[in-house]
Amino acid sequence: MTRRLELWLFILQRGSAMVLAPLVLAHLVTIVIAIRGGLSADEILSRTQGSVGWMLFYGMFVLAAAIHAPIGVRTVVREMTAWRGRSLDVAALLFGVVLLWLGFHAVGAVT
Amino acid sequence: MSENDTLSVDIWRGGEDGSFQTFHVPQRDHQTILDVVTYVQKKLDPALAYRFACRVGMCGSCAMTVNGEPRWTCRTHVSRVARDGKLTIAPLRNMPVIRDLVTDMTPFFEKWRRATGSFVPSATRHDPMASVDPASAERTAADEGIECINCGICYAACDVVAWNLDYLGPAALNRAWTLVNDERDADRTGHLRAVAGDAGCHACHTHQSCSTYCPKALNPTAAIAGLKRRTVEAALKGGL
Amino acid sequence: MKPPVATRGHPAYWAFVLHRISGVGLAVFLPLHFYVLAMAVDEAARLDRFLAWTENPLVKLAEAGLVILLAAHLAGGLRLLAVEFLPWRDRQKDYIALGGGFAVVAGLFFLLGAF
Repeated sequence: MTRRLELWLFILQRGSAMVLAPLVLAHLVTIVIAIRGGLSADEILSRTQGSVGWMLFYGMFVLAAAIHAPIGVRTVVREMTAWRGRSLDVAALLFGVVLLWLGFHAVGAVT
Repeated sequence: MSENDTLSVDIWRGGEDGSFQTFHVPQRDHQTILDVVTYVQKKLDPALAYRFACRVGMCGSCAMTVNGEPRWTCRTHVSRVARDGKLTIAPLRNMPVIRDLVTDMTPFFEKWRRATGSFVPSATRHDPMASVDPASAERTAADEGIECINCGICYAACDVVAWNLDYLGPAALNRAWTLVNDERDADRTGHLRAVAGDAGCHACHTHQSCSTYCPKALNPTAAIAGLKRRTVEAALKGGL
Repeated sequence: MKPPVATRGHPAYWAFVLHRISGVGLAVFLPLHFYVLAMAVDEAARLDRFLAWTENPLVKLAEAGLVILLAAHLAGGLRLLAVEFLPWRDRQKDYIALGGGFAVVAGLFFLLGAF
């Protein structure tokens, strides 16, 4: 049971990493370009609003990050603190849900 | 160096909550750490406990922590590791200390067993000899891992072992990797199943301390990465 | 007392430390990032006030830090994926150095645009 859970968490984390890699690269390029001349709500919205492409881009980004980050944080907590077991698994899952909720809210707001 | 030089050697005494005791040992040319420890026991304190057997880097029993780093002491020259004539010699990390420089290696070998480190025959003595292509990718991968002498240095160097008591560790996983690549083994999926999960290969963080310190220049990090790959493939095919 | 441990002073270990610090840092930053962006529609004025605050040079420097963390986590993660899913390569030190260089360059590009 634990073996399967850990193996599948590994697969999910590495799989989401493979999805994230090109998205992060594109995000970095966007940041460096968008930052020129300062940022405003208008400017962000004019770039992203009504664009299906950006919506898919950020939607996928949020989904992959919401899978990737909680698994990583769970591993760090297990290795560096005494907290483990079911309560930690639930907390990691909740962190993922919060990320998804906040993230999709943000994607909905800007696209 | 002159024959009159003296080494200041801090040696661990006692069990888990022991402390260092300082000895003064004459420095000699071509002197190994094992020579130093032996001098202390023969001339200064016969009660000093340490372990060795072959003295030539084959048996893997004399590993200790020298200046904070795990080393095979019979093949480690003092001139290479002493700093300003000072040495610190302690038992291997990540294993219970019995006394002085002697650790209890039971958990190390127990994990070897848990990683199913033994060959599962697919033929009997009455079958013809298996013919294995030495140039095949699998045999090459297995060959790279088979020189392990079980000294425990990789296990002592690994922080994941320190953080996760159940973690099988580099030596046991490296051994499993050689069997996963052995086409004569009858239960290669069984080996993969034994090393999957949080206690197995998936806990490895690629610190590469095992490969950095392995006295036989093996690369357990690469072996563990191979196990990660194979277990993921097997899991995605539904076979694990 | 505990015997000293000196097994952590090699490049692959530093790469691990950087990957862990950047990973935890980004995980902490992510919810805040989403929260602020979600203001864009309903509370555009509040978002603009927040963005004006980010014009502060110290905030810009902190943002450059985040860009470096993200770039470092990307480069380090790509190296780990290559180790875990491609045949082994011996030149790990070079890849680690390359990743570090990439992160610094990303941070510099950000600062060039920001000021």
